[in-house]
Amino acid sequence: MDYNLMREFADSWGLVAMALFFVGAIAFALRPGSRKLADEAARIPLEDE
Amino acid sequence: MKFGTQIFALGLFTFAALVAAGFGVDEPFRQHMWVLFFVLLGFVAILIRNTSFEAAAPIDPSAYMDGPVRYGTIATMFWGVVGMLVGVVIALQLAYPDLNIQPWFNFGRLRPLHTSGVVFAFGGNALLCTSMYVVQRTCRARLFGGDLAWFVFWGYQLFIVMAATGYLLGITESREYAEPEWYVDIWLTIVWVAYLVLFLGTILKRKEPHIYVANWFYLSFIVTIAMLHVINNLSMPASFLGSKSYSAFSGVQDALTQWWYGHNAVGFFLTAGFLGMMYYFVPKQANRPVYSYRLSIVHFWAIIFLYIWAGPHHLHYTALPDWAQTLGMVFSIMLWMPSWGGMINGLMTLSGAWDKLRTDPIIRMMVMAIAFYGMSTFEGPMMSIKTVNSLSHYTDWTIGHVHSGALGWVGMISFGAIYFMVPKLWNRQRLYSLRLVTWHFWLATLGIVVYAAVMWVSGIMQGLMWREYDEQGFLVYSFAETVAAMHPYYVMRAIGGAMYLSGALIMAWNITMTILGYQREEEPLPGSVPALQPAE
Repeated sequence: MDYNLMREFADSWGLVAMALFFVGAIAFALRPGSRKLADEAARIPLEDE
Repeated sequence: MKFGTQIFALGLFTFAALVAAGFGVDEPFRQHMWVLFFVLLGFVAILIRNTSFEAAAPIDPSAYMDGPVRYGTIATMFWGVVGMLVGVVIALQLAYPDLNIQPWFNFGRLRPLHTSGVVFAFGGNALLCTSMYVVQRTCRARLFGGDLAWFVFWGYQLFIVMAATGYLLGITESREYAEPEWYVDIWLTIVWVAYLVLFLGTILKRKEPHIYVANWFYLSFIVTIAMLHVINNLSMPASFLGSKSYSAFSGVQDALTQWWYGHNAVGFFLTAGFLGMMYYFVPKQANRPVYSYRLSIVHFWAIIFLYIWAGPHHLHYTALPDWAQTLGMVFSIMLWMPSWGGMINGLMTLSGAWDKLRTDPIIRMMVMAIAFYGMSTFEGPMMSIKTVNSLSHYTDWTIGHVHSGALGWVGMISFGAIYFMVPKLWNRQRLYSLRLVTWHFWLATLGIVVYAAVMWVSGIMQGLMWREYDEQGFLVYSFAETVAAMHPYYVMRAIGGAMYLSGALIMAWNITMTILGYQREEEPLPGSVPALQPAE
């Protein structure tokens, strides 16, 4: 496994995998119905002490 | 027996330090081991004096473990004052070179003492104690691992002492923000892994089903710093009883490794960790939930994915390949979006409660921190653009930029968090004095404004003087002429720093009096008590 092989992997499949993970994470955060759960989660610090 | 194992283990390490002091192959290493020997000996003596043979009181597993948080708060305040004091000293050394005291207190040795002192000792302790405070309260679980938290706290202090004394003795790897030599690096790795186990363990035993976003930021800070620290410090010691080691990388690879580390130390230590602080303490102090929780999650993932690539912008116009420089620049510019998203999220948490800005000096401090977060994350990407960088790089503009982030964002958000925590940690009704917080706020803010404005002027002047050609193509100014031209700005910078330091001293006084249980008799701040309305 040399530099060129890793470089080629990094700017093809590696890039695609990371971009998909990122888009997936954002889509999951903004999915329909997440607002209510998010509003509940936002109150976590306020319900203690 | 209380502390039995600890006394035994520490005694063993004390003896090992003594042996290393005897057999060390170079003079600085022997001196450093003597320092270690006496520090550990002191620890052992304190433990022996505090030991007892009675059965320990049972621990309530449902109560939060706040002992290390209290110690961490005091350590933050102490190292903060020390680190900022060293900063003022080196600022004066630049203005008045006669203040360099050879060899231990010259600029070259005090400068890493200042950077590590404020970043790792002040900022690190602030992150350590607030993360332990926040993770327990948002997971509703006691810290994992029994005395592990104490090991992390004291182990980290030992790292700070060894790093600081090493610099003064002239022991350095000369890697920016990672100057400690190999044996101190190994010790920090052990402490850091323990910290990770402590934090992850607490999250795993949580009673709250959801992991609150502040913990995500803290966890990303702990994990990334572990990765950065280990890879940046891969090196081979010249001798296992000596203070010199050689990096595993060479040339431009070494430079890129260093700035991959250096920039992400800014991104994950000084940004992600303190964003965790923001997402807990701003809602708490304002007593309102964060403006948009979903935006905070987008903020998190965007920061994580973008920051790690921005490091090459520290190496514009060097031997680093052009594509890597451009990559660093592009990712730095993209960072504008998550940074400003996070800033808006923090600021808008106050929407509907803006009057608190007038009545609550702690909120004011936090808002100023978020404002400086926005300003320095605007300035940073701008400076990473190659054409801007060709003017700004190697000049004081960079120093001004770092300080608007460090003093403005990191310092102010930590001050706000400490002001919030201290009365709660020591069961006090309120702080000793809110008016002193107002004094601190204005001294710190004006100090930063003086500092940053002076460094802009001085840095841009310096950059323009360096590139000034005459009509025949010769450089107009010698380097020494640019240094002489900066003298007045160096003096003003020291004044700005001294203002910031005096604010921190006022805070130390305020915190000490609060811990001791005093409350200052003072007029309430205007607006904080509702004015009585005459009956109609």
